[in-house]
Amino acid sequence: MIGRIGRKGISFVSELGELTIFGASSLGSLFRQRHTFEKLTRSIYEIGVRCIPITLIVGLFTGLVLGLQLYYVLTKFSSESLLGQAVALSIIMEIGPVFTAIMIVGQAGSALSAEIGIQRNAEQIDALQTMNINPLAFLVSPRLYAALICFPILTAFFDIVGIYGGHLTGVSMLGVDQGAYWSRIYEAVSVKNVMDGFYKALTFGLLTTVICAFQGYYTHVKASIPGARGVSQTTTRAVVLSSIAILSSDYLLTSLLLEK
Amino acid sequence: MSDTFLQLRGLSKRFGPQVILNAIDLDIPLNSHTTVIGRSGIGKSVLLKCISGLLKPDAGTIRLSNSTKSIPQCAYMFQQNALFDSLNVFENIALPLREKEKVSAQRLSEQVNRLIDQLDLQNAATKYPAEISGGMKKRVALARALITKPEIILFDEPTTGLDPERKFSVFDMIRNYRQQFGFTVLMVSHDVPEVFGITDQVAWLDAGKIRYWGPPNDLLESPPMELAGFLNPRLSTDKPAA
Repeated sequence: MIGRIGRKGISFVSELGELTIFGASSLGSLFRQRHTFEKLTRSIYEIGVRCIPITLIVGLFTGLVLGLQLYYVLTKFSSESLLGQAVALSIIMEIGPVFTAIMIVGQAGSALSAEIGIQRNAEQIDALQTMNINPLAFLVSPRLYAALICFPILTAFFDIVGIYGGHLTGVSMLGVDQGAYWSRIYEAVSVKNVMDGFYKALTFGLLTTVICAFQGYYTHVKASIPGARGVSQTTTRAVVLSSIAILSSDYLLTSLLLEK
Repeated sequence: MSDTFLQLRGLSKRFGPQVILNAIDLDIPLNSHTTVIGRSGIGKSVLLKCISGLLKPDAGTIRLSNSTKSIPQCAYMFQQNALFDSLNVFENIALPLREKEKVSAQRLSEQVNRLIDQLDLQNAATKYPAEISGGMKKRVALARALITKPEIILFDEPTTGLDPERKFSVFDMIRNYRQQFGFTVLMVSHDVPEVFGITDQVAWLDAGKIRYWGPPNDLLESPPMELAGFLNPRLSTDKPAA
């Protein structure tokens, strides 16, 4: 029993080390290749542009629900006028970065893991190595930098649409004063709050892209079954681990950022 | 025999307790075609992967024309071709040059189009790998290997999963293009005796060692005792006794 826990612990620490080296090598290899701008643009399209619709839809409904929930809580304290402030701070500091990251993992992260996994099984990664092309630079690095660019931008989109969703519920449906809604937001939300949300988005972008790419890249050793089922296994694991990474790092970051 | 182009000395590789290659010595002559034969799972592909650098040998040296251990001008042909599905034929062929060399778009296009013409792929240039036949895919993979002007091409079971007719057309393709482009071939195959028609040397890998190395005709005329067990069932299947 103790031996098993020990082996699991060693395996976890060892995988964490591999993941860190993988991430660092990918980050460092972008500018050691040709046609960097072209690859980066394509990755921004895949991760950023294609995730805009889902981010906007989820952002709007989150804002609508949050407006409704917070309104009923605040009426108990006769503080409905604080609705704008409550919705905005919740979304900007917490819900926006977390939900956006989870949405991007669901759409782009899973696709990234599956694509790299299939390329591994089809010997395309080996082919790159025999052509003396760095597979991390070619396959992972542009996606990693694209994620660092796209996560904060998509988070900003989520924040804007979410706050507008709260406005729709609170002001248009439940009769909260429009002036109070916007002025409270203006008074309560500082640049630091917005930047804290972006720091979280950057961290989530880095963590989730590295995890998804890592699972796909090593699908031949990480999956217990070879072939298509192995890719499906590592893709599922990539999404689960990314979600855990988002939530656990969110707790750590919130603790750190609130202390400042 | 011509000069030795590639020299393997004491090459060893094991996976856990299992010894795959056990101090292998092998000489590949310049501009020759050498085929490594042996039972499935015996380590033929591992040998190629060690030579290409995809796997790191546990011991031994790989020398190219008495120079360094690595092989800068080596190309690898994978069993399933390893073409990129999201790139068309032109882009697949251009990939190694585009990523590694500083060439203008016009020069790149000229070089790729020349190979497309030489390998008779004109009608497939804008198609994706999923839209072309198995034989065409092999030629695209060969064109991608040839674009960097390799001195040696490593073929990993190039006829896996092909019917007998296609097998011979792939062997013809390798022979013809080798004559045309002048590269050295090291091939792994279990197509015995069909492969004997195109190869200059045969190396028989068994239990981690090269048990026989020499011309295929010698092998057919007087096979060593230990090789007869491997060879006879194949020869009797392909050439039934009259």
